[in-house]
Amino acid sequence: MAEQAQATVTGPRPIVPWLKLAPKPHLEGIKCACGAIYLDPNRVACSKCGEAGKFSPISLSDKGKVYVFSVVHQSFPGIKTPYVTAIVDLPEGISVRANLIDVDFDQAQKEPNKVFNLPVELVTSVAAKDREGHDVVAFSYRPSKN
Amino acid sequence: MRNVYVLGTGMLKFGRYPEKTVPELGGQAAMLALKDAGITIKDVEMFACGNLYQSNAMVGQRILHQIGQTGIPVINVSNACATGSTAFREAYMSIAAGMYDIAMAVGVEQMGKQGLLGGTGGGDPAYSTEGKVGSGLMPAVFGQAGVEHMRKYGTKFEHFAKISVKSHKHATKNPFSQYRNEVTLEDVMNARMVGYPNTLYMCCPTGDGAAAAILVSEDKLKQLAGGRKRAKVAASVLTSDPWTDRDLTLPDVSTLTRRASKLAYEKAGLGPKDIALTELHDCFATAELVHYENLGLCGDGEAGAFIDSGGGVHPDLGGKAPVNVSGGLLSKGHPLGATGVANICEVVWHLTQDDRAKERLVPNAKAGQAHVIGLGSACTIHILTV
Repeated sequence: MAEQAQATVTGPRPIVPWLKLAPKPHLEGIKCACGAIYLDPNRVACSKCGEAGKFSPISLSDKGKVYVFSVVHQSFPGIKTPYVTAIVDLPEGISVRANLIDVDFDQAQKEPNKVFNLPVELVTSVAAKDREGHDVVAFSYRPSKN
Repeated sequence: MRNVYVLGTGMLKFGRYPEKTVPELGGQAAMLALKDAGITIKDVEMFACGNLYQSNAMVGQRILHQIGQTGIPVINVSNACATGSTAFREAYMSIAAGMYDIAMAVGVEQMGKQGLLGGTGGGDPAYSTEGKVGSGLMPAVFGQAGVEHMRKYGTKFEHFAKISVKSHKHATKNPFSQYRNEVTLEDVMNARMVGYPNTLYMCCPTGDGAAAAILVSEDKLKQLAGGRKRAKVAASVLTSDPWTDRDLTLPDVSTLTRRASKLAYEKAGLGPKDIALTELHDCFATAELVHYENLGLCGDGEAGAFIDSGGGVHPDLGGKAPVNVSGGLLSKGHPLGATGVANICEVVWHLTQDDRAKERLVPNAKAGQAHVIGLGSACTIHILTV
């Protein structure tokens, strides 16, 4: 019992439910029979077609392309700025909001055209420790290595 | 549906009123509107009150506790930034439907020096996604709407900056405006960046304020107007965000505006060319630019050229199709619940050559429109005519 409790305390946890950490970090959504994809699995029905109960899980690609971005220079106390926030289009047909890392914010502001359609890949990192002592893992995107 | 007219309006200068309460601010605006209409609270049959931050605290009734408890039906409205305009629409509908002949709408808000809006809160802060998994902060969210326009049409940073210069210049003529300082293009472009591409002067301020309107049926107008020129509500439209591909990730402020605009023009029997002035929801300069196209003031992809050729600028300054001659949210201010009613007041004042707009009157204005977006999302458009 003691060992189990300890395992629970130290295991990393995803910052949002649609980030799955095993077998390797990836996003998982649900797809309606009509084709619409959602990240949050807890929904009543499909907001595109209105049908309930026609969802199946879908594992999302860890690669995508930047649609648009902004650079946040002023944020809440305790949040380090600047950071690049982006909307990333995944090949399955869904968009995801996340930080864009390894992209120079100043360069992005000067030449936004070079960021549009930039191929990116998902990466994870420990972003915080929660009140119970778990590592909280967040995901972001960086320019694709290959 | 019956015709509905605006018999009276009232507005407090937007700014900071730390010594006042929300019911006091709302009550003062209501009294101004009642006086302008030439009636008293005893004549009002229905009251719709718009307020966001105290929406669980019966603001409408507390206003009546300040100005007259007559026992009339009161509804308290909350609809994000479209709160005030939705309250106006409730009052409009109650008369249009034939339920009442005299209704009052008040929009009121006290935000103080509250800073950034948006993002997420509550629960264990370790699971707050702001800054860790992108941003929900308003300057960034609306920044991305502008960046999307850059991506599609090659719009430049400078275009957004020009909007801020224009609105600040307009505000110098508006004594109801929170800020009345002029800024140069260099000031705007070199100001500190808040959420790219929105610099400080491309973001609306937070503040306090209130605005009110008295709406009446045609019969009551004939009885009460006494020959004074009064504006008709030619269209009152409310839409929510329909399903679009990215709406749940990047709020789509365009599709619901376009739909509302189409419905409003149809209802009024007018087109963009007939509109002498537009008050639109410029919470950020990036928002104003995309709404030029959404409201049909120029064609798709032409907003940059529209700005470069004097579009949106007051005719007195050599412009055309004037937008936000009040100074807009960028300068006039954006006390959330008050904004939607204040925009309608502004349009009404131009149509009726009201003294409150005498320094900035758009000449020969026969029709104007007021547009508001509440993120989440709600869009209202009111077209007023004389």
